Amino acid sequence: MSEILLQIDGKEVRAKEGMTLLEAAQEVEISIPTLCHHEKLEPYGGCRLCTVEVESRGWTRLVVACVYPVEKNLVVRTRSEKVDRIRKMILQLLLAHAPDAFDLQDLAQEYGADKDRFEKEASFCIHCGLCVRYCAEVKKKNAVGFVDRGIRKEISFIPEIASKECWNCKECFPLCPTEALQAAFVLTKALAFPSPSFEPASEE
Amino acid sequence: MPRINSPAELEELRKGILSKRDPNKPCITLCSGSACNASSSGEVATAIEEEIKKQGLSDSVDIRRTGCHGFCERGPIIVIHPEEICYFNIEPKDVPELISETIKEKRVVERLLYTDPSTNEKIIHESEIPFYKYQERIVFGSNSTIDPKSIDDYLAIGGYSALAKALSGMTSEQVLGEVKKANLRGRGGGGFPAGSKWEGSRNAPGEIKYVIVNADEGDPGAYMDRSLLEGNPHAVLEGLTIGAYAVGSHEGYIYVRQEYPLAVENVFTAIKQAEEYGLLGKNILGSGFDFTVKVHQGAGAFVCGESTALMTALEGRAGEPRPKYIRSNIVGLWGRPSVLNNVETWANVPLIINKGADWFTQFGTDTSKGTKIFSLVGKITNTGLVEVPMGTPLRDIIFKIGGGIPGGKKFKAVQTGGPSGGCIPEELLDLPVGFDELTKAGSMMGSGGMIVMDEDTCMVDVARYFLDFLTDESCGKCVPCREGMRQMLKILTNITQGKGKEGDIELLEELSETAIEAALCALGKSSPNPFLSTLKYFRDEYEAHVKEKRCPALSCKELIAYHIDPSKCQACMMCLKKCPAEAIDGGKNRISVIDQEKCTKCGTCFEVCPPKFRAVTKISGEPVPPPIPEEARTIVRESKQK
Repeated sequence: MSEILLQIDGKEVRAKEGMTLLEAAQEVEISIPTLCHHEKLEPYGGCRLCTVEVESRGWTRLVVACVYPVEKNLVVRTRSEKVDRIRKMILQLLLAHAPDAFDLQDLAQEYGADKDRFEKEASFCIHCGLCVRYCAEVKKKNAVGFVDRGIRKEISFIPEIASKECWNCKECFPLCPTEALQAAFVLTKALAFPSPSFEPASEE
Repeated sequence: MPRINSPAELEELRKGILSKRDPNKPCITLCSGSACNASSSGEVATAIEEEIKKQGLSDSVDIRRTGCHGFCERGPIIVIHPEEICYFNIEPKDVPELISETIKEKRVVERLLYTDPSTNEKIIHESEIPFYKYQERIVFGSNSTIDPKSIDDYLAIGGYSALAKALSGMTSEQVLGEVKKANLRGRGGGGFPAGSKWEGSRNAPGEIKYVIVNADEGDPGAYMDRSLLEGNPHAVLEGLTIGAYAVGSHEGYIYVRQEYPLAVENVFTAIKQAEEYGLLGKNILGSGFDFTVKVHQGAGAFVCGESTALMTALEGRAGEPRPKYIRSNIVGLWGRPSVLNNVETWANVPLIINKGADWFTQFGTDTSKGTKIFSLVGKITNTGLVEVPMGTPLRDIIFKIGGGIPGGKKFKAVQTGGPSGGCIPEELLDLPVGFDELTKAGSMMGSGGMIVMDEDTCMVDVARYFLDFLTDESCGKCVPCREGMRQMLKILTNITQGKGKEGDIELLEELSETAIEAALCALGKSSPNPFLSTLKYFRDEYEAHVKEKRCPALSCKELIAYHIDPSKCQACMMCLKKCPAEAIDGGKNRISVIDQEKCTKCGTCFEVCPPKFRAVTKISGEPVPPPIPEEARTIVRESKQK
């Protein structure tokens, strides 16, 4: 694979073709905040927190670093007034859901995001999709999925699959940046999993 | 059906069809598009068939059920050929007279004709009616003359001759060149040059390529793609096949929403007929070119009109846009080069090939060529589909063709481009319609929705309405769209309910920036447009709502009150009798008074108060005058005093 030379925050960076801006930045220890990114998963581009400014052929625009592929001579700025303003707004929107999530609190401090900018929402879930995608892409079980769309979209365990697969896995739990996943699991368990003491003995 | 193996055989077949048709034989065409079907066009058709049999005319008159004629306000529509006598709002009971008079006696039935509202004159011929006169119906015109379920009808008007010309007389480069030269821009939203899109796919690596028809028209009030697909499906198929030839694709898809049952039915019929004639399938017209088309019925999601979401849905997954920064004409459906154009764009292609790019480019402006079909709806006299050359001023579309605003109301704004478009105010009415002109005005062409609003429309409420639509239709994948719109809708709802706060407008602007700059797809990026364009031209209305708790259009329920002017009320008791909330007190010779506590602001009193009194008024931003004292409520009528 050919090497691509680009500039990130003033640093000359050598990247391999096919890499994303996020990967190229991580190689040279430039940190870009992310919420929905996971190295084992396909880029998702959902949280948009990794929005950065790119300049090529005299044209500046905002792209998400977790998806955008490295390009020759690209000039990338991971922080700018505009980038910071957008990250701050994204964080404020998410803090309406999960004001106590540690990941969000740390980022809120860095970007000056006010957790009370918007009225609190009922669900903790910030729709990063880590649990859903991890279960589908890594575990290949699809025990947890998204249901509905838009503002009604939520994560939900599929009881038929979850009751078989989730007891001994739970690998998605530590991925969740908020408490929403455990809550969904507990709910599914209460409603649909057969309690061990009442489990009917398998017959025939 | 015989298979057609060459362009010569196609011409033979065409001649055969035409030789069996007598152009002077009376033919009744009846609009049977979805809109007219809803106003009982089906019953009218049955009545015509029965009446013709009854009057013994079965052999001397043809009946043809066509697609949408466009003048939906006046449907069902009948046009009698060859004289082109045009009748509107036909009911089954009109049929016997229509047949005996016009078909038998060759006399016009005056009462069924169109009356020009400005001159009060009756107009006989379709082409003389203002609604049609100022249009240029090069794409949509065939709709009213052919039966969409009959491929022979399409062949009779020269159908598939463009395909024959392309396959037998032109190289694929030449076809591409002609479309590029015509500067055909996508009619679905973005206005991207179709030729460049095709060229990208053509040059992209890979053996397998796809061409796709986007018939997932989802803008509220827009139905031009539906009507084209319902009324002239072969034109779309022909355009698609020509495109496939230019791109080097052998497989096409029609992504059509299943809420369009007639379009789905007609397109299936059309594909079957074209396959039987060999106009689709292997070795089309003996050229060696193979092309098949499949239909995919979408479940009706606005976001699936977005190219990558549509392709994801075609692949059988939830219709969510892809995060990729690579155009879908290079990496599209199943990762292969895929050309996606909407129904109207494809329907333009046969015209360009048949008549040439030079003919096509005579219509339009420097940067927008050809014509555009608009769906003219809202507070407009002539609701319907209109096709005009690009560059036609908005004023001509709304007033000359659309007949202006009904009820003597004043024009306020026109919303173009669907939910992601914007509102254009009166001072810009002379704007010529074109892709770049509309974008410059803060709106967009979109797929051609045009919603006219009068002085009673609150622009803040319009923004709220569209945000509500978009919030519902967002796929929910990215934060700026899902969460941003959730908050924008909340703030706008608050403003229209009188709960707006200082700083709300600025917060909406901040949220807009985040969506424009950081949302994943075009739907998200354009979601703040309804707010931004209304703010741009109607900022005073926003400020009145927030600062004075006043709705200048007297439309927002929470901000208005109904009041009966005691000096005007004549105690006719109309309002009192009709009030569903029993909120009006009054009686014989007693001035009516509205109990503001009970009033639900339904507006019934305002509507039923006789125009000669006009005693009921709407008030906003000021306190309701206290009820008139009991002793002053009695009306003493002079005549009764004597």
